[in-house]
Amino acid sequence: MTGRHGWFIPALTAALTVTLAFLVLPVVAIFADTSPGRIAGSLGDGASAAALRLSLETTAIAIAVIVVVGTPAAYLLATRSFRGRAAVVTLLELPLVLPPAVAGIGLLAALGPRGLLGGAVADAHVQLVLATAGVVVALVFVAAPFYLRQAQSAFAAVDPAWLEASRTLGAGPAATWWRVAIPAARGGLTAGLALAWGRALGEFGATLMFAGSFRGITQTVPLAIYDRFATDFDGALALSAVLVAVSFALLAAVKLGDGSGALGGAAR
Amino acid sequence: MLRAELRTRLGELSLDVALSVAPGETLALAGPSGAGKTSVLRAVAGLARPAAGRVACGDETWLDVAAGIDVPPEARGCGYLFQDYALFGHLSALETVAFGLRGRPRAQRRARARAGLERFGVEALADRRPAVLSGGERQRVALARALAPEPSVLLLDEPLAALDTRTRAAAARTLAGALAAASVPTLLVTHDFAEAALLGDRVAVIDAGRVVQEGTPAELAASPASAFVADFSGAVVLTGRARPGAGGLTDVALEGGGVVTSLDRHEGPVAATVYPWEITLAPLGSRADDSAQNRLEVGIVSVTTIAGRARVGLAAPQPLVAEVTAASAERLGLAPGGRVLAVWKAAATRLVAR
Repeated sequence: MTGRHGWFIPALTAALTVTLAFLVLPVVAIFADTSPGRIAGSLGDGASAAALRLSLETTAIAIAVIVVVGTPAAYLLATRSFRGRAAVVTLLELPLVLPPAVAGIGLLAALGPRGLLGGAVADAHVQLVLATAGVVVALVFVAAPFYLRQAQSAFAAVDPAWLEASRTLGAGPAATWWRVAIPAARGGLTAGLALAWGRALGEFGATLMFAGSFRGITQTVPLAIYDRFATDFDGALALSAVLVAVSFALLAAVKLGDGSGALGGAAR
Repeated sequence: MLRAELRTRLGELSLDVALSVAPGETLALAGPSGAGKTSVLRAVAGLARPAAGRVACGDETWLDVAAGIDVPPEARGCGYLFQDYALFGHLSALETVAFGLRGRPRAQRRARARAGLERFGVEALADRRPAVLSGGERQRVALARALAPEPSVLLLDEPLAALDTRTRAAAARTLAGALAAASVPTLLVTHDFAEAALLGDRVAVIDAGRVVQEGTPAELAASPASAFVADFSGAVVLTGRARPGAGGLTDVALEGGGVVTSLDRHEGPVAATVYPWEITLAPLGSRADDSAQNRLEVGIVSVTTIAGRARVGLAAPQPLVAEVTAASAERLGLAPGGRVLAVWKAAATRLVAR
């Protein structure tokens, strides 16, 4: 075991240690530099509290939209083969590799006042740009692919024989989806939900470009942190600690609530 | 009565099968893997749609491709036992059996599901998920699930294949009991002729997408219609050329040497079949069992002893298998490389044209 290849396992361990230290250090530093009193104080400040409330509301709505529309879409992609399926999957993953600023510009070009569908948006009497609804649109755009990817692979991992067994037992296609496919894929769906929610909570660039940064209207926590950064570094640090704590609490709640090790990612 | 006529292409295979199964009867569709057996079950259940054909159960038409009728699987309501049972991983045994009982009052569903589990002796497992059940327990839960909604047809796909040899015998008894009690047409698919003979009232042997012979297990074993059926039912198949012999018997000159004799009348190229348990082995030059017409000097290739029986691989020079007791194998000193006489009666040699 500890022959001349005895260096290999220690090398892997060293790589993991370095990775862990590098990724965790900034998070630790945020809390090390901030006292609990300062965190509480920063929440007492009206602007911070408003930003936190706005973040929670907009991300919750965005996640609800993603789950309601994304779950059936992912099921179709996972269980049916059709011409151009691979192209559709790739297009859906495009926002993953798009820089957030580019995403914001793209949303403006599509839905902004002079955008492709700007006329239709205006005719519907909906204001997106510089409005809370615009924040939700930006969040859905950047976070949806995280959920779609996970949901698709979770549905693809469901044994097709389960779906067929359900059909022979009298359940139609919709009932089979609801009673067998979704419960069987629940672990993967929850993992996708957690990832998408985490991504939405941290969203910055697309929101700034598309919806702007107005206190109480479009200024989510990440934008509020940036707003303070130049003038009040300690305040920015305290608000960052709040965001880390909220994100972590959300992920932990989702993971514990599911009970099947959601972040393990396996569907079965 | 279940009637199915199906024609479809499956890759290289062209499936063309017509079957009918009476209520309370079990038809075993037996054949090698890749013969199209499972495709027949899937088409009957509505899980796959053939290119052409009809499926009717009683006076309901489930499929008539020409007339554009294709009833979806949920409306056909076939009891389907899947090859690896396909139990829902997220449901307990009780919930699994209750799954097909939707539309009934909740209390009634639970009572019926519990009765289904009791019928197969697994009521103690009601709260368990499939992941913690043994293979035999899964089979029982799957049977209870398939039968709970009182299906009009029962379809079984390799019902014993997922089990290890230790549990298979007990599971086969459970299954035989369930099939005997079932009053609906049952179609069972298996690659094992012995399993088909055990569970089927009739056996249809399917090869390359076609039914090559249909009959009771005894009929198939006694008079296989082709060398394939004989081989599939476990017989030794020797090829050669038949010509009339002495005393109204038929002599078959085997390819590669040797002559065997049969009561069947035939001329020209034939397959001579004999079951391994009808062949006895004797030392060279022995006069034992003089009445037997077939005495072939053969080389021993292998000797495999399992549970008191020895399976002896022989070269005549065509390959031949004899099954003798382990005691007689020892008495004869059978060992690879040795030579013995393979002896059997003319009546045990059946001839089919090639």
